[in-house]
Amino acid sequence: MATTEPSAAPRPPDAGAAPLLEVDDLHVEFRTRDGVAKAVNGVSYTLSEGETLAVLGESGSGKSVTAQAIMGILDTPPGYVTGGAVRFRGQDLLQLPEEERRAYRGRSVAMIFQDALSSLNPVFPVGWQIAEMFRVHEGLSKKDARARTVDLMDQVRIPAARERVNDYPHQFSGGMRQRIMIAMSIALDPDVLIADEPTTALDVTVQAQIMNLLADLQRERNMGMILITHDLGVVADVADTIEVMYSGRIMEQASVHDIYGAPAHPYTEGLLRSIPRVDLKGQELSAIKGLPPNLSRIPEGCEFRPRCPYAQQICHDTRPPLLEIAPGRFSACHFAQEVLEGDFDNAEQ
Amino acid sequence: MGRYVIRRLLQMIPVVIGTTFIIYTMVWALPGDPFAGKCGDRACPPAYISMMTAEYNLDEPLLVQYGLYMVDLMQGNFGETFRGTEIVNELLQRYPTTVQLAVIAIVFELVIGIAAGVVAGLRRGGFIDNLVLVSTLVVVSIPVFVIGLVAQIVVGVQLGWLPVTYDGTVYSLILPGFVLGSLSLAYVARLMRTNLVENLRSDYVRTATAKGMPQKRVIGVHTLRNSLIPVVTFIGADFGNLLGGAIVTEGIFNIPGVGNMIFRGIRDREGATVTAAVTILVLVFLLVNLFVDLLYAALDPRIRYE
Repeated sequence: MATTEPSAAPRPPDAGAAPLLEVDDLHVEFRTRDGVAKAVNGVSYTLSEGETLAVLGESGSGKSVTAQAIMGILDTPPGYVTGGAVRFRGQDLLQLPEEERRAYRGRSVAMIFQDALSSLNPVFPVGWQIAEMFRVHEGLSKKDARARTVDLMDQVRIPAARERVNDYPHQFSGGMRQRIMIAMSIALDPDVLIADEPTTALDVTVQAQIMNLLADLQRERNMGMILITHDLGVVADVADTIEVMYSGRIMEQASVHDIYGAPAHPYTEGLLRSIPRVDLKGQELSAIKGLPPNLSRIPEGCEFRPRCPYAQQICHDTRPPLLEIAPGRFSACHFAQEVLEGDFDNAEQ
Repeated sequence: MGRYVIRRLLQMIPVVIGTTFIIYTMVWALPGDPFAGKCGDRACPPAYISMMTAEYNLDEPLLVQYGLYMVDLMQGNFGETFRGTEIVNELLQRYPTTVQLAVIAIVFELVIGIAAGVVAGLRRGGFIDNLVLVSTLVVVSIPVFVIGLVAQIVVGVQLGWLPVTYDGTVYSLILPGFVLGSLSLAYVARLMRTNLVENLRSDYVRTATAKGMPQKRVIGVHTLRNSLIPVVTFIGADFGNLLGGAIVTEGIFNIPGVGNMIFRGIRDREGATVTAAVTILVLVFLLVNLFVDLLYAALDPRIRYE
């Protein structure tokens, strides 16, 4: 096991060759009184510098849990990582002792949460909370940390940053609070930024501003960004690659262009059909029938089978693995090719 | 903020008038003759009774009596006890002891209560957690006089660590202080534990961890500060209560505090004594409460008084 100084910026020996962030066959389960809920079941993806990876899925699909496992902020108990690896430039973070792992948080991998009001500490001024990053990680003096904080608040476009450093979270609007979260997360110039539904709690107009800000910051700093969302509209403009998660597993992985052009999984297809569209105004909005499976009792065979319009006997018998169906395109469907080509009727008989 | 304080101070005037009126009426309206048994075995001579009746305006209607009494009180004249000592002197003599006792009780609550709550909350479900939960339940269920007597027998007599009764020194107030604070100590421990456990699961604590803060800082700064807010306000309000004297604890440990004075005042129908003492207590209680509200705002920036 490679060990690094906890205080120095962690850089394992083979930093050059390894991908920026690699999640490899990750398994997470929640052990509750009512049984074991398998929240993440073999998720793998890689993220490189400057790439934006969107993780899509309904509530309970395991997208946030995956992110928490990457950050090492899973609530344990009841949550446990039961298998797999999370490699940052080749270093498996899951194997590190807590104190060494802590050095990666905020500095190498940072995270933005959905609800900025509850995610910011209500009893400390926002400036204090941002400055804490510099003071604890870099040992800066109060004065220097404060100067950097004001600077940072300017960068995330908070008006009158100098006057507002000593204000408390409840004194800001929702959009401004999310900007403070963002400022805090990029304070140490992390290589990877995980944004867990960063705009879900915001008004539509503010959503766009925040997404633009994130996109700009990512471009300037060449960060790898994991954007967790259930909003396909948000994804289209900013993401490079999309992972569609369902029931703790990746159903489809492809570039944004490919997925929006022609989905290769019935679940993705259903998601895309459920986006409200101006040209279909007045018509009934299409929804995926049924509910996501109970994670304590994931069905045999394909997880999506009970809700899938194309389900066959084979879907009942065998769980489809995630296979490459075209260069750079992966789908976990027995009939991926048929769905992709839109001629599903041929597969039916 | 300043306006808020002034408003609160002005609000105290009707409260003080109302409480003193109720107390005054109740004490003097009690059936029976206040001068019965004041002169030994014989009935009091008519001259004494008429003198005392004039002295305390007892032949006037109740409202007039009360009015005259309040006029005196406003001028700083607390009146005399039936025995002729100045009530203000007796209060001045007894109040320091009550304050000392209250402070000792509060220190126990603060130190042991908070420490027990934090340790229990951090090791939820562990041995210490269960120990704290069970022992606080026991303390809450037992009447204070039982705790007092057991403490006297065990700590005072058998172990001989502390004096059994009050001997005029602060040292001898430690045991009664502990007994007096024990009930609130149990509540503080439980309140602290619950708050800590709840806050440890909160989003901002998760954020602090995600920021790469050391565990000590996540708990010691981010979690503790929030968890202490309700505990500190509880302790503050409790201090206001304790400054009102503790009749049972003072009785068990033979402490000449305010509680004892009020108890005897009620027993002997010393209307003036009871009313004077209660007026002071009400004032102290109101002031402590105002202070607690201001403290609350200082601890939690979300609370602002206009």
